[in-house]
Amino acid sequence: MSAETIELASTAEDDTRMRLELERTWSGRPGLIGWLTTTDHKRVGLRYIITSFAFFILAGLNAGLMRLQLARPESHIVGPDRYDQLFTVHGTAMMFLFAVPMMTALGLYFVPLMVGARNIAFPRLNAFGYWTYLIGGCLLFGALYLNTGPDTGWFAYVPLSGPAFSPGKRVDIWAQMVTFTEIAALVGAIEIIVTVFKNRAPGMSLNRMPLFVWAELVTAFMILFALPWVALGSTVFLAGDRLIGTHLFNPAEGGDPLLWQHVFWFFGHPEVYIVFVPALGMVSEIVQSFTRREVFGYPALVLAMIAQGFLSFGLWVHHMFATTVPELGASFFTATSAMIAIPIALQIFCWIATIWNGRPRLRTPMLFVLGFVITFVIGGLTGVMVASVPFDLQAHDTYFVVAHLHYVLLGAVFPMFGIFYYWFPKLTGRFLDERLGKLHFWLFIIGVNLTFFPMHFLGLQGMTRRIYTYLPETGWGPLNLLASCGALVIVLSVLVFLANAARSWRTGALAGDNPWDAPSLEWAASSPPRPYNFLHIPVVQGRAALWSRTPDWPVVTGLRTDIREILVTTVLDAAPDSRHRHPDDTIVPLLTALAVGATFIPLIFTPWGVVIGTACLLPPLVAWAWPRSPEHDEQRSEEQGAAV
Amino acid sequence: MRHWSAAARLALCGSAVAAGLSLYGCQREERRFTEWPPTATAEGAVREVELQPGPPVRRVATRSAYEENAYAVSEGKRLYGQFNCSGCHFHGGGGIGPPLMDDEWIYGSQPENIFETIVEGRPNGMPSFGGRLSVQQVWQLVAYVRSMSGLVPKDVAPGRDDHMQVTAQEQQTDQARPKQSFQPPSTTRP
Amino acid sequence: MSADALGTLLQQPLQFPGAHSALAPAGPQAERVHALWQFMWIVSAVVWVVVVLAALYATFRRRMPAVDAPLEQREPLSSGGPGMLTAVIGATAATIVVLFVFLILDFRTGRALTTPPAGALPIKVTGHQWWWDVQYPSSRPDQIVTTANEIHVPIGRPVVLELASADVIHSFWPPNLVGKRDLIPGYTSTLWFRADSAGLYRGQCAEFCGYQHAKMAFYIVAEPPEKFTAWLAQQRDSAHTPADSLTRRGREVFLSSSCVMCHSIQGTPAGSRVGPDLTHLGSRLTIAAGTLPNTRGNLAGWIVDPQSIKPGAEMPSNQISPDDLQALLAYLETLR
Repeated sequence: MSAETIELASTAEDDTRMRLELERTWSGRPGLIGWLTTTDHKRVGLRYIITSFAFFILAGLNAGLMRLQLARPESHIVGPDRYDQLFTVHGTAMMFLFAVPMMTALGLYFVPLMVGARNIAFPRLNAFGYWTYLIGGCLLFGALYLNTGPDTGWFAYVPLSGPAFSPGKRVDIWAQMVTFTEIAALVGAIEIIVTVFKNRAPGMSLNRMPLFVWAELVTAFMILFALPWVALGSTVFLAGDRLIGTHLFNPAEGGDPLLWQHVFWFFGHPEVYIVFVPALGMVSEIVQSFTRREVFGYPALVLAMIAQGFLSFGLWVHHMFATTVPELGASFFTATSAMIAIPIALQIFCWIATIWNGRPRLRTPMLFVLGFVITFVIGGLTGVMVASVPFDLQAHDTYFVVAHLHYVLLGAVFPMFGIFYYWFPKLTGRFLDERLGKLHFWLFIIGVNLTFFPMHFLGLQGMTRRIYTYLPETGWGPLNLLASCGALVIVLSVLVFLANAARSWRTGALAGDNPWDAPSLEWAASSPPRPYNFLHIPVVQGRAALWSRTPDWPVVTGLRTDIREILVTTVLDAAPDSRHRHPDDTIVPLLTALAVGATFIPLIFTPWGVVIGTACLLPPLVAWAWPRSPEHDEQRSEEQGAAV
Repeated sequence: MRHWSAAARLALCGSAVAAGLSLYGCQREERRFTEWPPTATAEGAVREVELQPGPPVRRVATRSAYEENAYAVSEGKRLYGQFNCSGCHFHGGGGIGPPLMDDEWIYGSQPENIFETIVEGRPNGMPSFGGRLSVQQVWQLVAYVRSMSGLVPKDVAPGRDDHMQVTAQEQQTDQARPKQSFQPPSTTRP
Repeated sequence: MSADALGTLLQQPLQFPGAHSALAPAGPQAERVHALWQFMWIVSAVVWVVVVLAALYATFRRRMPAVDAPLEQREPLSSGGPGMLTAVIGATAATIVVLFVFLILDFRTGRALTTPPAGALPIKVTGHQWWWDVQYPSSRPDQIVTTANEIHVPIGRPVVLELASADVIHSFWPPNLVGKRDLIPGYTSTLWFRADSAGLYRGQCAEFCGYQHAKMAFYIVAEPPEKFTAWLAQQRDSAHTPADSLTRRGREVFLSSSCVMCHSIQGTPAGSRVGPDLTHLGSRLTIAAGTLPNTRGNLAGWIVDPQSIKPGAEMPSNQISPDDLQALLAYLETLR
């Protein structure tokens, strides 16, 4: 049997038989054991999406409490110790447990569907990543609720977070939790890169990939290069200083507190672009579908995202302008920080151009895109302001920066909500309610602006960050009260969304396979997609796959349906290359994740954690790598012959 | 979907419980900024020699609440430096005053003994700090002094300082089990 | 300004505008940054309005009238003509030009603010958790002035601050006068500014430094040069000797209780450098790092229970008998 792609679609009987076989091969086991062993990217992806939204809500509750405390001067709702834990966990959870995982999760769910693959590359690794992430997230929030939450900020500057000024295990928990969630992001990035490069449907050359896939690809590369730095900094350097007495950050013995800042921000700045770039892909998808035309300037949009990916690694010192970095060096980073506004602006202009000549439908996803433009542009402009060293020396570490960062990050959350409304029919087969969606949008945009716009003025009026209270004579009371009221409106909007999602999940209006008449491949699968994604892997004939297909749409034939076989294609042109067998569902990823937990949790308390962990990790890793049956070997030699 | 909700609940609860049990350290992490602890002991309970009339009374090793609290021990370390205890005791190795990181305790190693030492002073040069330090500060110092010979739990003991390194970190100090007999200094010094 | 007047002022926040704000510059450094800010926000506002209007117009000008219009109406896949391309390229070029203008202005403003001029008054500031140690250095040791949380500067004369930290990273920031500079252990940083109008300017620590980061403020008192010289001369004196029995008793209380473990008063045996120098406590406008006006009642509350005002501060609560407290307060008030 060949894997050539010239056959036409087969008959209805063949289809039914194929459907049954694929169903049997690709479904997991039923019940709890099926839930624990699944390697289906959709089930794992949906878990990730729901878990990260849960962390979003928990971290948002922290923020709610913070705003309650700051609504009036000298309030006694929470004391300094508890407040410090609240804002630290708010930042840490939002960045490590919500923003990056959510963007990665949407990629893990939708990238294989959008490129026409049956599953993501390395499915067991995918499951492993989720369990690791879940353990890390529960560790962080469990610590907060037990009064052991980290309390030195999400950026944990030394020497405050070092052994001399942070007694106990709070910062150690932070350091190890960061690494856990990192592992999940790194494996997710690896899977996305390999899926995008090697598992695309035939005919989907690189210049025919949807923009969301490009965004996830760029993000995945950024993750690969940025996240190891914070792992190094926290689990090796900071934990070393705290547990075994190294002097990396001790100036008296030749160390340097600024080393931490450089290592952290070299990760920290690309991190925010890791959150932001997928949102750019989402905007492109929504704009295409709801203006019913292909996006304007596809090459420009792709190159802009790639440029942002590279440029984001050259900005990190702008977080350190108030330190002793020399003026000339700081000026270089002013220039790069301003420069990154250019690709972003280009993208916004391309989207406006797309909408201009289209027939836009103002459904909820499109409303959120407009909300994105309104909100994000403010954030981007204040970003250009703080890129300037003299202005930043006034605005740094004040509520001006809090306003800026929330405007840009919420600039990523608006498209995220939009994409929820867009993809909910695909995930569940039902629509989210449109009226509740519009209510959610209006409450959210009003709430966001009411909360964060006054903070620009508060910052310039002297209100610094990370303060648990302020004195009445500063005059900051009224604007803080306004911001706290805005926070309540945001809470309301999220509640509306949750109510909408809960109700629509069971009883929303039914949606077909492609209710929006959208162009990308995920809409060729059923809603929700079957475990095998596509009955026939299609051959892509143009950039807008579903709009450019011919009536006799060619598909891939010849892949086996009795084992989990997927098609591997070439990087540039997606020509069929070989076949690859995916493993069946297995409990080993969960066991491996537990073993990783057995490494990092003891590391909070003792360096012997490395030894314990290695011992615990060996059995599941051996089980993971254990070679398959002879039947598998015969299959591999056959496919290698075919590839040649 | 039903399987998912039940399984999800189970998994989340399980992880949370596991994490919680491993992290349970309320005592360790409490930041008690203000408290009015009782003074050292009831009358007669602080003994400076082991010899007692009547049958031998088994001594129960006590551990003060301060010794399970990382913040208290770290405050004790700060005070040790700020009030120049190291001027006589150096960083535990002793000099003008006896070492504090070894297993020999002239006046007893129990927290209340050390409390008395600091508050009342001792012969041969230990000043009396009573009235100059608050009771809470003395208890914090007591906890730190005990940590110098490894007598507090490892996760409570402090790590390295941000100064030049002159001694091993307290959290890596092996426990120097206190010798039970109280030796007057005249019998131990040449 | 006396402590009482400050106290009254501090109780009326709405009449104390601009004393802690980057938007009310009182010196050339803050002035230039303020000018840069005004240019940037006006240009940004224009850009935002243009972009949002374009997006809204693009959305509404030809939108589908009915929500559920037939799906077969799909736009051609063409790019929209050369006009659109020109518009997008033009807008991007305009963006680049605007950014370049910003960049030039940034660099020029930055250059103007960097180098301290000659003849600047040197002051050393050391950050502690959670107070500011201020020292006016001198080549003669008996002329060195040590105070805390309050910096007097003469107007019209540049001041250069040498910033260091005793423990963790802090950040010194008087927004009316100049942008901030971090105090990093192991480094000495420099910050200079000039106050051009007399007044009281508040600043606050701007780098998270622990439990009481929120209440680590300081005041800069900008005064005419003669008043500044008089103040400096007064600060150089040792503490006043107590004149009556109550204040003498107060000094005894100070020297025999826990105060002496951490605080110094020049001219007495108290010489500890752990906490702020109290030699001229009575002349300061605030106590507890800008948290409370320096009045008798506030001082009493602070001495007896600092943890209720600044929980986590290094100063312990003190059990002190009422008579001793009154004597102590009387003595501290004489330390002008």
